[in-house]
Amino acid sequence: MQVSALLARMCAGLVVVSFLSTLAPEATSATEDTVKVGVLHSLTGTMAISEVTVKNATLLAIDQINATGGVMGKKIVPVIEDGASDPSMFAQKAQKLVQQDGVATVFGGWTSASRKAMLPVFERFHGLLWYPVQFEGNECSPDIMYSGAQPNQQILPALQWAEQKGNKSIFLLGSDYVFPRTANLILKKHIEHDGGTVAGEEYVPLGGSDFSAVINKIKVAKPQMIFSTLNGDSNVSFFKQMAAAGLPSSKLPVMSFSIAEQEAKAIGPSLLEGSYAAWNYFESIPGPENKKFVAAYQAKYPGSPVDDPMAHGYVDVYSWAAAVKKAGSFDIDKVRKAASTLSFSDVGMGETKFASNQSLIQTAYVGQLDPAGQFKILWHSKGPVAPVPYDPLSFPGKSCVL
Amino acid sequence: MSESTLVGGQLFNGISVASILLLAALGLALSFGLMRVINMAHGEMLMMGGYLAYVSTSLFGKGAGFFVGLAFAFVGTALFGALLEMTLIRRLYGRPLDTLLATWGVSLILQQAARSIFGPVGVEVTAPAWLGGSLSLGGTALTGFALPAVRVFIIVLAALVLAGMALLLARTRLGLLVRAVHQNRAMAEALGANTRAVDLIVFSLGTGIAGLAGAALALIAPVTPTVGSSYIVYAFLVVIVGGLGSLAGTLFAALAIGVFSAVTQIFTNISVADVLLLVAVIAFLQVRPRGIVTQRSRALEEA
Repeated sequence: MQVSALLARMCAGLVVVSFLSTLAPEATSATEDTVKVGVLHSLTGTMAISEVTVKNATLLAIDQINATGGVMGKKIVPVIEDGASDPSMFAQKAQKLVQQDGVATVFGGWTSASRKAMLPVFERFHGLLWYPVQFEGNECSPDIMYSGAQPNQQILPALQWAEQKGNKSIFLLGSDYVFPRTANLILKKHIEHDGGTVAGEEYVPLGGSDFSAVINKIKVAKPQMIFSTLNGDSNVSFFKQMAAAGLPSSKLPVMSFSIAEQEAKAIGPSLLEGSYAAWNYFESIPGPENKKFVAAYQAKYPGSPVDDPMAHGYVDVYSWAAAVKKAGSFDIDKVRKAASTLSFSDVGMGETKFASNQSLIQTAYVGQLDPAGQFKILWHSKGPVAPVPYDPLSFPGKSCVL
Repeated sequence: MSESTLVGGQLFNGISVASILLLAALGLALSFGLMRVINMAHGEMLMMGGYLAYVSTSLFGKGAGFFVGLAFAFVGTALFGALLEMTLIRRLYGRPLDTLLATWGVSLILQQAARSIFGPVGVEVTAPAWLGGSLSLGGTALTGFALPAVRVFIIVLAALVLAGMALLLARTRLGLLVRAVHQNRAMAEALGANTRAVDLIVFSLGTGIAGLAGAALALIAPVTPTVGSSYIVYAFLVVIVGGLGSLAGTLFAALAIGVFSAVTQIFTNISVADVLLLVAVIAFLQVRPRGIVTQRSRALEEA
């Protein structure tokens, strides 16, 4: 059933995409009463499963804004491009959007590799990118608005929570690429600083499926908790093999930083039940704003869970529209300056606001996965946390001033 | 749990990895050794087996469904292998580079087909409940190290398949024909052996075993469209280190590679272990370019 639903969703996505791309040339000839924005996500390839939904959430926000009159009286026309899970394709399409289509701004990107590939394009041609996914920090550009969590808004609050719960010995496990390596570098510094111990640190190639040695080392190290930055399918192998080795999440808790509602649904919640995750948004956040957001999304895309990067993709569009209104102009420099003076609270993420370093000030949450694939919220930070792109313990002396 | 159990545990893991490699490589060793066909789509046979097992467990439930799935995976991929042999491989005999390219094309087609049918995210095959637990051994070096039942199951399965193959080759008429063709294709043909039929049977048997491997693998890892490509390299390593077309060589090579990789992971991580493994294989091939078991075969000497 799940497969057919997935297929149906993918087909629907494809239809929407091809439909909209046939509309795009018309948009080029459009007049003063429209404004074009780029939406650049992987609609094909490995990352499509995560990115198509962010694209959907972005389009939902655009639709809603258009329904209430657009921005400064202009209708927003999305120009949708496919990054095809390939960083060089992201760079190419970003250039096309900025130069050829002359879009006012671009919403998109997921992997750090795609962001790093697009960064020089936006800097050279002076475009503005709204990036919706949590990342490793250690980057600061005037041409990117980082709405996804900085390390101090996701992984460090999670560590703080775990330490409060009495977990002193932590095992770090990740896929072998830039985000886990940097995240664990920061975690190690903080665990040692707080007087805890790093029970072990292991990396598995992206997509790796043999965890026998890692699990053996975990058994010897006897940590109280595992912090996992494993990505994608490796999670299935890892949780399966942990359960087979007699270490289900109920015995040795795992805190994951790359498993949200979408991934939990794809992997199968029963396998992950009881494991923890840290994000800035959960579908289960109470309150009327979130209820409205989830209902609106599911009315347009039935049966799909809503997760953190989607909420960020949605917030990005509203933030941009509000900033344009405030600046009274689509000029990029005026828009990004205006963005850091506004605050939003319509998605249920609590009050969010862009800081002067162009990252989002937002609340950190820790949740535990239930069998239905929803997170039970166990903890949240006392109010919104200011973003720190360069962790002072790990990268002393570096700061982000724009 | 102490250092000695870490070593003991890793030895077990090495054997477990070796059993998976053996299942993945056996079919390749057969067709590569006998027909000198480099089947780049061999990994996708693994993948296909995994998806067949998935389909069957979703149809028949996870208890009996899995065993139906194993049979399903074997028969299904064997049939597909036969089709592949008849439509493609057979027409490209004696053109190893063309075969390489064509089977690589098949592998890409199959990967994309799987992505279109099942989606880019891996699907899961749940083991029957009695395979879900673990066995613990007291009083040995493995005290405190629980052996996952699925891994034990895969080791047993690999041993059974290996024994079955050995019997088939040594005791049956088909085995006799296979050995004859392997030793001297032209002479076997002259003596009336139907080499085309032997090729067809061996190739489809080889893909069938790969399908079985894929179904077994699905117990410990998700089935993804690209699962095959992550095993194909190791399968080729096993075949080359083992010596072309030798069952015993394939077994020794699978054991050597599995245990080497597991033991090096005691000191280092999996990425470095992979590098060390490849260095070791290169060094080994300098000393024994024809692998562990060298067979005298005219078929190979003519190459």
